[in-house]
This record gives sequence, structure tokens and C-alpha cells, in this order.
Amino acid sequence: MSQTLVEPMKSPPPPRELTSVPRFSDRVFRGVVTSGGLSSLVILGLIFAFLTYQGFSVLRSQGFYFITGSEWALITDDAGNMIADQTKFGIAAMLIGTILCSLVAVVIAVPISVFSALFLNFYASPRLKKFMVAVIDLMAAFPSILFGLWGFFVLMPSVEYWGKLLHKYLGFIPFFKMEVPVFTRSPFVAGVVLAVMIIPIITSVAREIFSQTPLDRVQAAYALGATRWAMIKAVALPYGRSGVVGGAMLGLGRAMGETVAVYTVLNIVYQVNWHILVGAGGNVASMILLKFGDAGPAEIKALMAAGLVLFLLTLIVNSIANFIVKRTGKSGR
Amino acid sequence: MTEPTESENENMETKPLTSSLASVASSATAGRVPGSHPMGVGLEARGIHAWFGDKHVLDDISLDFWSGTVTALIGPSGCGKSTFIRTLNRMHEFIPGAAMAGQVLLDGKDIYASGTDVTKIRLKVGMVFQKPNPFPSMTIAENVLAGLKLAQIKIENKDDLLQECLERAGLWNEVKDRLKAHGGSLSGGQQQRLCIARALAVRPEVLLMDEPCSALDPGSTLKIEETISHLSSSMTIIIVTHNMQQAARVSDYTGFFLSDGGPGSLVEVGPTGEIFSRPKDKRTENYVTGRFG
Repeated sequence: MSQTLVEPMKSPPPPRELTSVPRFSDRVFRGVVTSGGLSSLVILGLIFAFLTYQGFSVLRSQGFYFITGSEWALITDDAGNMIADQTKFGIAAMLIGTILCSLVAVVIAVPISVFSALFLNFYASPRLKKFMVAVIDLMAAFPSILFGLWGFFVLMPSVEYWGKLLHKYLGFIPFFKMEVPVFTRSPFVAGVVLAVMIIPIITSVAREIFSQTPLDRVQAAYALGATRWAMIKAVALPYGRSGVVGGAMLGLGRAMGETVAVYTVLNIVYQVNWHILVGAGGNVASMILLKFGDAGPAEIKALMAAGLVLFLLTLIVNSIANFIVKRTGKSGR
Repeated sequence: MTEPTESENENMETKPLTSSLASVASSATAGRVPGSHPMGVGLEARGIHAWFGDKHVLDDISLDFWSGTVTALIGPSGCGKSTFIRTLNRMHEFIPGAAMAGQVLLDGKDIYASGTDVTKIRLKVGMVFQKPNPFPSMTIAENVLAGLKLAQIKIENKDDLLQECLERAGLWNEVKDRLKAHGGSLSGGQQQRLCIARALAVRPEVLLMDEPCSALDPGSTLKIEETISHLSSSMTIIIVTHNMQQAARVSDYTGFFLSDGGPGSLVEVGPTGEIFSRPKDKRTENYVTGRFG
């Protein structure tokens, strides 16, 4: 016995490989779910490869001008062939417009969504909640052209009024400054339409996360004499913060890719425009829609390249979102 | 986590211990004469009934809790003990479908009277839950003072209150060097004492404890019990427990709840020594001697 105690230190054996022979049914099921799981990755990869293949020549000939320039001019010779040296494809104005419109949308939509999610979880009666959840889900499934038409006929006339107010009182902030009084068809209007479109998405994500607020913490807050609002501030908001950020990023991604609704209410002008009340600028997806109908083969390639850039922009935004969710997720959980 | 099995084990162990339980209990209450407490009645429950939807879960419970004493509520699972104490600070009504009848008098006033601010009631009747539930996004210090923030109470000297509450909860020495650490970094027993400190910070008159030790190891349980005995001189404590030895160790009075399939009712209440040594009701005797439960 004492011998084993004083025995010189032996290095431990290498860990054993742990294996198990799966049953046939398990192997089949594994194959089914694996192919399902990988299919989205494959489809995404194929789209990426297609866009890269189509747009590569334009990206190479235009270089950085493609994302920094804002002129879109296809120069052809008499036979209709593109003269590569003189042709300019630049989508900077569209990229900036895309970011501007979606930021306006997120800034408007996030507070409204968070409040409605809090209302549904902590204030609404069960019957009202059920009804409203159904309505909000319906809103998420609405065709975007309807939002566009609503924006065009209903929102645009009234937004002019709000736009003037914003310009008058917040005009000292460059974003809201206006030199020319063109209020309609501006990134602001497009942003409002997009906000209405992404509210259901963010609300739905936020509602889900708030509904998982741990009951014991909610009770702890109430037992300490908290009002409902104090409980929400101390418990629900810290718990749901990362989920809300995730939802907002989902909404941002949706807003950046939106085509038809923006096309209906936004002027596509090849001019870099940082002022959200000025009716100029554009949006990559809408521009593709605008040009696609009468584009020749050379221009189509340029549009594919624009699509590729939008794709990458969305990818970057989503990665940032993931990073933020991971960073903010820890505390409060 | 181990709650159901724990209570079973407890009862199995208790079988041969009847006489020692009684002796522990009688020494705990030695020298106290029921009804003569100088601080008077702290909380009175009058004819409490409770329902969850159509299910009648509590039947006509009337019980006085004296200031400066510890009252233990014992009984098998599902007899309505927890529901009962949740009616005492109006936490019962948070459960959808929950209803109640009867009166709870705090300083002679019905806490269910119309026009009552519920949040004020919960400041006077604090609660410690079964599972330690510190706020994980807050530091230890912030947790202790959370009640002040939640109820929007302004005080002069927060540091003194912080130290006082942690000392009364028996946690000061263990955490005084890391008040800025997060509440979740403490052990389970420390977290529970943190929750007690948090409940004390709003200076309640009554402290409800719903099986505060059932998720804790014996060492932490002992510390919490010491805390309870220290606190009992200055406030009314009501503790629900599955652990009969705990009831015998910490309480001055014991109430035995039982449900025979229908709503739970109060079978017997009295000085803890008497409940454990010579209960008047046969069912109480069967329960405290471990014949069922």
C-alpha cells in the first residue's frame, strides 16, 4: 500500500478515444438534418460566387472608384460597345443613402419596438396581447410595396411638415440641414417607411427575449417594493439588452436590403448626400431595380458588382451585430 | 434542485429523533410566555382563503405573528404554506388567476384595503425566496442597496447602511473587500445572505422567508439560521420550511399546515416546544414524528 504512495510520478496515459457505433436510424436522421443545415450555407455560397463571377470584371476595371465615386455613366461607341476607359460606375451615393435610410429606420423603430414589447409582456392583458401579437406578425408578413405605397400617398405629404419642423429646430445639426426646400422623397421619408417595416421584426425579437426574463428576479424586485417601471429598469432591460441589440441588427439588415418600398419613396440621384431631409441620394437595392430593366450586358455586370458590395456590407453589419450581442450578452444574464 | 428529495430524507432522519427535536425546541423557547411579547402583534392574518383559478388552495387561515418572534410554518408539499406567506406581502396576486379572501392586518391596517399602495406594503413586509436571486447585473453593494433604488428612497449615508445590512445578514466579513464584485460571483449560501441583506436595507417590519435554506448546503444553512436568530429580536420573522429540525432550532412558534387533497388548512399552531413535544392534534404528531409527509 505504501509502495503505491511513494511510487515515482508517472505521466498519465493519453486520453482514450471515445467512440460509439451509431444505429442505422440515427445515421439516416443525421444525414437528413446535416443536409438541411448545410443547404443554406451552400445557397449563400453559390450566390456569393455568382455575384463575384459576374461583377469581378467591373470591380477590377473601376477599382476603388466603384465604392468611392458617385457617377454612373455608361459610355458606348456607335456600335453599342462599352468604352471601358470612359465608363464610370460608382455607387458611393447609393451606399451612403443605404446606410442613412436604414439608420433613420433603426433610430425610429428601436424605441417604439422596445416599448411595445415591454407593453405586451408586462402591461397588456392576455387577450390584448394575443390579439396584438397576431397583428404585429401580420405586419411583418405584409408585402413591402404596400408600405411603399402608403409612404408615397399618406406619409410623404405629412412628413413634409415634420421635415420642416426638424429643419427649423434641429437644422444646426448637419444631418438635418437643408439648403434647398425639397422635403419629399428624402432619406428621411424612406427611413420612416423602413421603420414601419422593421418594427414588427424588432418587436417580435424583443418580446421573445423579455418574455424569458427570469421570474425569480422579477419577483425579487417586486418584493423589494419596486414599481413595475422600476422592475423593468432593474431586471427586464438589463436581461433583454443583448436580445434587443440583436433584433435591431436584424432590422437594420432588413432595412439595408429593402428594395421596392424605398424605390417608391426615394429619389435615386447620383450625388453624395448626408442630409436626411434633402431629396437626393439613393439606395443600392433600389438602384439595381431602377437600372435592371433597360441595362445592357455591360451594365448588368456593374449591377451585379453593386449587389456584391451590398452583400458584403450586410455581412459586415451582421458580424458587428454578433460581436455586440456577445459583448453585451454577459452582464445582466 | 435537491429540494424534493431533501425533504424526504429529512423526514426519514427525523424518525428516531422525535425526543431530541422536542428538547431542542423546548430549549429554544425556554422562558418565553406566549402572548406576553412587549412589542405586540406584528402581523395578523384573518380568515385567509386563496384560489388559483377554480382551485381552492387555502381554507380559512387565521394566525397572529408576534413582533420579535420567529414563526415557522411546516407541513408537507402542496399544503399551501408558501401560498399563505405570499398573501402576507401581496406577492400572491402576481400569479395569473390567483385570488384571495380575508384580511391581513399590518399595524392594525388591512394591506388589501382599497387605496393601498402595494409597493409600500412590500417595503414593510420583506421577502427572501427559496432560490437565491441576487441581481446578476449589479455588484454586491448595488444588490444590497437595490431596494432603495427600486423604491426610490433617498438616504444620507449609504455606506453605513450597506455595512449594517451586510453585518446583520452575517456576510460583511466575507465580502467587505469585494463589494464591487458581481453578486453572481458568491457561493449559493452567500448569495442567500446577500438577498437577506438586500431585504433588510429597506427596513421591513416583517421578513417572510420561503424555504430559504432548501437550496443550500448544511454549513450555509447554519449561517442563515444564526442570522435569523440575530434578526428575530428586532423584527417579525415568518419562515416556511420543510426541515423540521430547522423549525425546532430557529422558531418560537410553529404552525402546521395540511391538505387532505382539498385546500390546505392550519391544523395547529403553538409554541414550537409544544408542537414538537406534545401536539394536541394527532395529525401534527404523525407529521412531526415522521410517520408521514
